[in-house]
Amino acid sequence: MNLPSTLIYGLLLCVLMVCAPHAAHLPSWVSVESAALLGWCAYLTRNKLALPARWLLGALMLGDVIGILASFHTLFGRDASTTLLILLTAFKQLEVRNLRDATMTIYLACFIIVTNFFYTQTIAAALYMLATLLLIVTVWLHLHGDTLPLKARLRLAAIMLMQAVPLMLVLFILFPRVQGPLWGLPQDAYGSSGLSDTMSPGSLSKLSLSDAVAFRVTFNGEPPRHTQMYWRGPVLWKFDGKTWQAGRATSAQAPQLDSLDSASDYTVTLEPHNKTWLFTLDMPTSISIPAQLTYDFQMVRTAPVNARLRYNAHSQLGYRANADEDPRQLQRALNLPPNLNPRARQLAAEWRARLPGDVAVVNAALEHFRREDFHYTLEPPALGSNEVDDFLFGTRHGFCEHYASSFVFLMRAAGIPARVVTGYQGGEYNDLGGYYIVRQSDAHAWAEVWLKERGWVRIDPTAAIAPARVQSGLVAAMPDSAALPFLARMQSPLLLKLRFDLDALAFQWNQWVLSYDPERQFALLTRLGMESVSLQQMALDMMLGLALLVGLYTLFMLRRLQVRDSDAVQRLYLRFCRKLEKTGIARAAHEGPRDFAMRAAQAQPQQAAAITDITARYMALRYGKAPDPMALQVLRRMVAAFRL
Amino acid sequence: MSNSLHNVIAQVEQVILGKPHQIRLALACLLARGHLLIEDLPGVGKTTLAHALARSLGLQFQRIQFTSDMLPADILGVSIFQRDSNEFKFHPGPIFAQMILADEVNRAMPKTQSALLEAMEEQQVTMEGVTRALPSPFFVIATQNPTYQIGTFPLPESQLDRFLMRIQLGYPDAQAERGLLAGVERREIVAKLTPQMEAAELLALQQQVRQVFVSPALLDYVQAIVRHTRESARYVHGLSPRAGLSLLAAARAWSLLDKRAAVIPEDVQAVLPGVASHRLQSVQDVQRQDGDKLARELIEAVAIP
Repeated sequence: MNLPSTLIYGLLLCVLMVCAPHAAHLPSWVSVESAALLGWCAYLTRNKLALPARWLLGALMLGDVIGILASFHTLFGRDASTTLLILLTAFKQLEVRNLRDATMTIYLACFIIVTNFFYTQTIAAALYMLATLLLIVTVWLHLHGDTLPLKARLRLAAIMLMQAVPLMLVLFILFPRVQGPLWGLPQDAYGSSGLSDTMSPGSLSKLSLSDAVAFRVTFNGEPPRHTQMYWRGPVLWKFDGKTWQAGRATSAQAPQLDSLDSASDYTVTLEPHNKTWLFTLDMPTSISIPAQLTYDFQMVRTAPVNARLRYNAHSQLGYRANADEDPRQLQRALNLPPNLNPRARQLAAEWRARLPGDVAVVNAALEHFRREDFHYTLEPPALGSNEVDDFLFGTRHGFCEHYASSFVFLMRAAGIPARVVTGYQGGEYNDLGGYYIVRQSDAHAWAEVWLKERGWVRIDPTAAIAPARVQSGLVAAMPDSAALPFLARMQSPLLLKLRFDLDALAFQWNQWVLSYDPERQFALLTRLGMESVSLQQMALDMMLGLALLVGLYTLFMLRRLQVRDSDAVQRLYLRFCRKLEKTGIARAAHEGPRDFAMRAAQAQPQQAAAITDITARYMALRYGKAPDPMALQVLRRMVAAFRL
Repeated sequence: MSNSLHNVIAQVEQVILGKPHQIRLALACLLARGHLLIEDLPGVGKTTLAHALARSLGLQFQRIQFTSDMLPADILGVSIFQRDSNEFKFHPGPIFAQMILADEVNRAMPKTQSALLEAMEEQQVTMEGVTRALPSPFFVIATQNPTYQIGTFPLPESQLDRFLMRIQLGYPDAQAERGLLAGVERREIVAKLTPQMEAAELLALQQQVRQVFVSPALLDYVQAIVRHTRESARYVHGLSPRAGLSLLAAARAWSLLDKRAAVIPEDVQAVLPGVASHRLQSVQDVQRQDGDKLARELIEAVAIP
């Protein structure tokens, strides 16, 4: 092998570093095998052994292809292709014989960096990839016969990367963006944690264990009170005794809203959740992106949200909603599964008989929750087939879905139209970023009842049991917070601040890097004074910017080449001359250093010794044979110390 | 470097008063294996300088006074038929010496001039099919009167180029003139001069000159000078590559005279008038009278890189 072993180790380290993040999702046999292949190569290099025969590698590779087929049932798609690429790269190390092979490895490593971003796009991941890229460039420099020591090579690589930053910015800012992903990523690229369109006991409490951000909100103006922040999601009508579902609408009546109270205007940055609905405050009136407001006041898009989405929305905080509801809809809101939960029906019938109106029944139910020994908990006990009965008269420990579900059941049993609304409640203010974060742990379910003259009215039975949940959030409502997610439990001010800082950073990263879409690009370019540029113009500007930068670099480098030989020594001498020039002793361009020194020494007799000494050292360095490597340091010190 | 070189300088300075720079230039020319042309009015000490140098260096010395009726054989030598041995015998001319003073070289006909210059260039003489090497070291000091004087055949440019340097002595300053007038006759002093070194030592010094270090930065400077003469509209011709080589060789010798092991820009500047003045011609000056001025302008026009 004619490549130095340090270079081989460098290549192996590059491959290891770019592949390491993939270990989290690769089949374990692939990780183990890749590591083993790299280790094998390191062993062969260390002991100066011959590389394995090609037929052996070919046979092993064939086995791996079969293995990948067995694991993924395909060779295509994100996961299988990445796996194949990583294995091939690891194999390639065992046949790196010459410069060409080594260069190939470098390119492969660069490509694998990109594949990492299929899986994660966090700041931490980006920083890690940057470090990896630095390593790759360093090894690359080594590859080109550079005899620099490692430290100097790292430095050079860092300089090269920094020189690439302006190019990267030009490309990033001006590369024409198109709406939607440039090429379709497989569906599994999108996380799909979040609210679902059904609700059953335990579904929301499970979601509450997640720290993941659901969306972020910036209010344009005064934010509403915490108790008013009901982020409306799917509305559920149909109950089968266990699960709540949206059901099918029986009316196409458009929603009607009479506003009574203050309005709110805000911008939501929604994380992809792979569903069609968009979250808005109760009750939404308009939205900035194409979406439809359904008869039960949901904002729904036609396509699922599979990329981060920003929209501006407007809501009425005080309202009268659908006061003239379609009777068929009201009938839907009274349907109950037959023969289930007899005790609850009986309780509701009792209230109906005893109490004068709908409002009194609602209050009685809330009073019931408040008075009796109900508990708000994330870990409710299991329920039997008559879930509502079991909960109301048995366990009495439940999460918001239990309260919402049993409340709506009671209302319907008492003849009051009612439905379940799921969504999020509250939000956490980040004062650094000036926005609210709504996490999955803020997932919530509440009820709406239809009252004559008043339309649909929001009733949150959870508020009756645990008012703190609605007033200050989940943490405050949980006496025993052991089961809460880690982030939600952090109460130390320092940790809390750190958490907000990090989130603010992530917010900016999302806003400006990950979701730098046509809209933001347009906004930025407008702010930069390039109004309404066409895609062609943008592409042209990008090319121009790149050409300009490359041209500048070229000029700079040519200049450096010209003064390369003299560079350091000559610069020092010129600095020395400038110092003398300030006192009026200017060197003529054609004046030799010795002549100048004599003249300067005459003009500045008290500095004569220093002038002569510096000049002698300069002449030795510039015109002498094989100058002492330390002499430059000495000259630098002397010139720095030279004062007049 | 040997002290004898400085003894030589010191000794010649006793004879030629007030001209230390010209003396060093002449020595540098010798050390760089070049030939020297001294151009000046009669009577300023051209011959004395050549004489003093030859004696101090311990070289065989021959003086050839050029006249308009001189033939090449008068310089190179002649074969004469020997009646007793029945064959031709070569009688070497005055050129077979280590140091030649070719006095008033521009008074001879071009044919004779070129015989001398060919011998200078080749360091050998070929006559009647026989090549005879000239002694080593071999050094020619030619003097010429200013070209505007009557009865001169000016040396063509191609032949001027064969002289490494051309210097002018000029009138002595008042102090030197006083010393000259008050002192003993120069000829007597020259007669009493003792050799300060041997021919072998001179050859060794010539070898040493070639080893004086020239840095890339200095080569840049020499190139800048040569390039300037070629690009500037001031000159009829630029300096030839040979001129560049001569400049470098002379600068090396100058640096050795200064006891340094590497050439600095000042060395180049010191020898530049000597090396370039007879090779440069201003477009305004057909008579080639202001070579020195041109060379000084050249120094000032080129920045040291």
